[in-house]
Amino acid sequence: MKNRNLISINDFSKEEQIKILDTAEEFEKNPTQKILEDSVVATLFFEPSTRTRLSFESAASRLGAKVIGFSSSASSSVSKGESLKDTILTVSNYSDIIVMRHPKDGSARYASEVSPVPIINAGDGSNQHPTQTLLDMYSIRKTQGTLDNLNIAFIGDLKYGRTVHSLTMALTQYNTTFHLVSPLELKLPSYVKRHIKQNNLDYHQYTDLMEVIPKADIIYMTRIQKERFSDLMDYEKVKNAYNLENAMLENAKDNMRVLHPLPRVNEISVDVDTNPKAYYFTQALNGVFVRQALLATILGVK
Amino acid sequence: MENKETREELQVSAIENGSVIDHIPVQGVFQVIKILNLDQIEDMVLFGNNLESGKYGKKGIIKVRNKFFKKEDINKIALVAPAATLIVIKDYKVVDKTVVEIPDQVEKIVKCFNPNCITNIEKIETKFEVLKDEEVLKLRCHYCEKTTTKETMVFL
Repeated sequence: MKNRNLISINDFSKEEQIKILDTAEEFEKNPTQKILEDSVVATLFFEPSTRTRLSFESAASRLGAKVIGFSSSASSSVSKGESLKDTILTVSNYSDIIVMRHPKDGSARYASEVSPVPIINAGDGSNQHPTQTLLDMYSIRKTQGTLDNLNIAFIGDLKYGRTVHSLTMALTQYNTTFHLVSPLELKLPSYVKRHIKQNNLDYHQYTDLMEVIPKADIIYMTRIQKERFSDLMDYEKVKNAYNLENAMLENAKDNMRVLHPLPRVNEISVDVDTNPKAYYFTQALNGVFVRQALLATILGVK
Repeated sequence: MENKETREELQVSAIENGSVIDHIPVQGVFQVIKILNLDQIEDMVLFGNNLESGKYGKKGIIKVRNKFFKKEDINKIALVAPAATLIVIKDYKVVDKTVVEIPDQVEKIVKCFNPNCITNIEKIETKFEVLKDEEVLKLRCHYCEKTTTKETMVFL
């Protein structure tokens, strides 16, 4: 996988995805390995994303790599009107790999076509965020011991949530049963459901969160954003219907864990945080190991 | 067959050598001219539109003198003229007749309908994978991965 780009989760085969997860496991056991001391990692964040950027920079630091970059378009030459192509070509002179987040869909694929150094997509608009998908897969495998034959429940905004779309597509390789809980306005789009159907897997749709709690091995929460609703009355009707509280977890399976891509607002009550079933902060930590594995693998030292 | 061609030749003059694109839907003729860059051609181009056609009611036809299309070029018009036929003429005679085929990839000629797609922001040539197993023809953008359907298709 040396010098490969990671733009969309499908760019890596199932075996390659597993290899990244296995390498991430090594880094979890031994996080500080100065194996990239001669490398420069550029993090180009054309729109702010504190969590993803810090997680990548933490991963690079633990590998001994130097990090250069910017954290918003305002602090880059984009504000002077530079094209994406020119920014990428320039920065590739200064770095061995580019991690980029950009507000436009498809920007990462385009960058990978003009860049002489590999690109890791850290989110391109509403399109893809493959490193999130890999860390979600890592967290599921870690908590369940396997990725196969699980009951995965997705809750909240399934229409616009790109993490849900990518993870759903990745999980169709593992005989997953999908439980999809959302307001009618925010159901999983048909092009994602098509992937489930093509793999002859089962999915069930619900509007009531309580119904799925006893069935799920993983409850994957997402935030419902007000700006997704054209009619604010519709938003008011559903805004609290998909909030998880500790008392609701009474009938959950013992092995069940709650995941969330973060940031959380109020869709998971803080009283869930101390429940051993809450896994979202560890999930964020797993992001560092997965990103270490990606940087080390793509730069050819693992 | 003989009769039909004779009748067409009355409506749009015959060419000695070149290509005839027949059975173009009436709303597609100008798009075909654009897609194949026939407005740039220096030799004679003849076209007729809203011609009577037994098979399709009304149709368009284009004749280009001394021009022989490559298969991959002519297949680009399949998006607007899926039932078109390409006829190669030599010495006023039909020497070859093929039906256009929908290509696997479409480049440059269609705009991605997603306003947030990078191809609509920077100067990038568009590129699509053609999804043929759908009920309706869909184009999946190589960059933003969103699908453009026939209803949302805009030609560049």
